[in-house]
Amino acid sequence: MVAIRPAQTTDLEAISALDARLTGSDKPAYWQEMLAPERHFLVAETDKGALAGFIAGEVRAWEFGQPAAGWVFAIQIDPKLRQRGVGSALFDVLVARFKQEGVTRVRTLVDRKDHLILSFFRAQGMVAGPSLQLDKELP
Amino acid sequence: MKLQTATRLGLYATLELARQPDRTLSAADLAERFGVSSHHLAKVLRTLSAAGLVQGGRGAAGGYRFTGNRRRTTLMDIVALFEPAPGQRAKEPGEETDIGGALQRVLTEIDEIAEATLRSISLETMLKPAR
Repeated sequence: MVAIRPAQTTDLEAISALDARLTGSDKPAYWQEMLAPERHFLVAETDKGALAGFIAGEVRAWEFGQPAAGWVFAIQIDPKLRQRGVGSALFDVLVARFKQEGVTRVRTLVDRKDHLILSFFRAQGMVAGPSLQLDKELP
Repeated sequence: MKLQTATRLGLYATLELARQPDRTLSAADLAERFGVSSHHLAKVLRTLSAAGLVQGGRGAAGGYRFTGNRRRTTLMDIVALFEPAPGQRAKEPGEETDIGGALQRVLTEIDEIAEATLRSISLETMLKPAR
């Protein structure tokens, strides 16, 4: 079992390390910014105090013209501790916090080639949202 | 998005059997449920069986049951058994022209989104009651 609690400065090193290991890009300053008070940055901790995973999100209003919704910015689970409900537990706590802020929708953006994370959000009941993401490489 | 009839039946049959993996249903049972000919469905079930998703008993009364993995099997796995793979599609007339190529890029964009969607939905997710 894991315990879910808000992330603290002392978690940043483990968070950065787990993320860098999984994504190949080290971005400690980005994770530092997630500790901002308006954001929800949660960690799942094993009973031995090790980092099992984390999730980050925030309620944003009128982003891209959309009324307020809870946005999930990131989620990562230690590969050794997957398939045990850690991600779902983090998601549930984040969504409960979004609801406390009065929003009724949760939203995220996913790399469409990342089948693992797409499947995870699908399994949480998420479906295609109202926006289409567009993109262009600048000359 | 338009799926061929065999693809649709493949999805119906797999999902119906995966709903209760310990239950067996004959091709005739399944055909009646979906209002199609059991001959057509038998062919679809043979394809599913060759892919290891279902296992069938012999003879007309033989029942089929689900033998795949609900969590690991996605809708795309089943669609891919019946629909031609995107890369193996024959070139359409006019595709070599600049307009044909531009249209093809739009259609490929749509296909990629459809495939990502189908690949992200496991049978388990499909069969879970809406939450």
